[in-house]
Amino acid sequence: MSDNSLNNLPEGFKGMSHDMGSDQTAFKGVQWGKVMMWIFLLSDTFVFSCFLISYMKGRTSTVVDWPNTSEVFSLHVGGVPVPLLLIAIMTFVLITSSGTMALAVKYGYEKNRKMCGWLILATAIGGLTFVGMQVFEWSKLIHEGVRPWENPFGAKQFGSFFFMITGFHGTHVSIGVIFLFIYARKVFRGDFDEGKRGFFTTMKSDYVAIEILGLYWHFVDLVWVFIFAFFYLW
Amino acid sequence: MDETQKKEQATTHKIGIYLWIWGLLFLLSFFSYMVDWFAFQGFLRWTLILIFMFLKAGLIMAFFMHLYWERYALVNVLLWPMTAIVGFIILMAAEAKYTVFTRLLYFFIGG
Repeated sequence: MSDNSLNNLPEGFKGMSHDMGSDQTAFKGVQWGKVMMWIFLLSDTFVFSCFLISYMKGRTSTVVDWPNTSEVFSLHVGGVPVPLLLIAIMTFVLITSSGTMALAVKYGYEKNRKMCGWLILATAIGGLTFVGMQVFEWSKLIHEGVRPWENPFGAKQFGSFFFMITGFHGTHVSIGVIFLFIYARKVFRGDFDEGKRGFFTTMKSDYVAIEILGLYWHFVDLVWVFIFAFFYLW
Repeated sequence: MDETQKKEQATTHKIGIYLWIWGLLFLLSFFSYMVDWFAFQGFLRWTLILIFMFLKAGLIMAFFMHLYWERYALVNVLLWPMTAIVGFIILMAAEAKYTVFTRLLYFFIGG
């Protein structure tokens, strides 16, 4: 790193103002792709916030009772309804995959190719399991007559918010799974050890890419934390 | 210690941290599921849901997404825009109250 001032920046806000006002590159020492991913995630945060805020508005302003999610999303185990069972399992699956991803990033930086690859593969399989369970949940509700414009349980707005919010999140998971498989292949092939050039770029591959992929995956988990709290539990 | 060593130290952490956070996330998820299991209602339910949610979100962002170790300028650029979301929530909550008030007034009382 050519910039010496990177190592003796003051702590806290003063360091931040030095960083921003240094007439050079902001966020010195942070790889550009990582900053770009963060900016993307910030914009994505706003998209999901808009969905959840419109859900809040719709649910508060309807004069019809909101469906009891505890009952709507219950599964029957041996004839006994267990509230929110599938959603709870989905939450645990997603957190498990988030944990394997965090470890993959760590092993990537330690240049442990095999461990990193297997952990990314495990993350991808976790994501796939999640999407599979979501498909099951969707088809179950559709069979029960839930539509974006009506449902047998209560306020009509329920269906449209459900399909929009979980659908948008599921799309994010699916895209993440595709990228996880692509990057697992790249890791196993050794692209990041040899600094092989990527398909769309002339720049050399580096394990920082795994951290960037990890940021996206943790974000998907993060969004689910909010959906779980506001849509399913509230 | 030369530059590259310093850089590598900044990007890898002990495995124990990740395992701890992982365990805590499982525990907090279990707790939030228990909120529904025991069917807590009203204010207690909402507070518990929010506490567990923010703890989980904080742990994921701080440690899994490395924000705790990230450059302070970047952390600020990411977190301050969230105040706009809070503002939006307040505005829409007020709007929703007004909408439900007018609906109750015109649908049931008949203006």
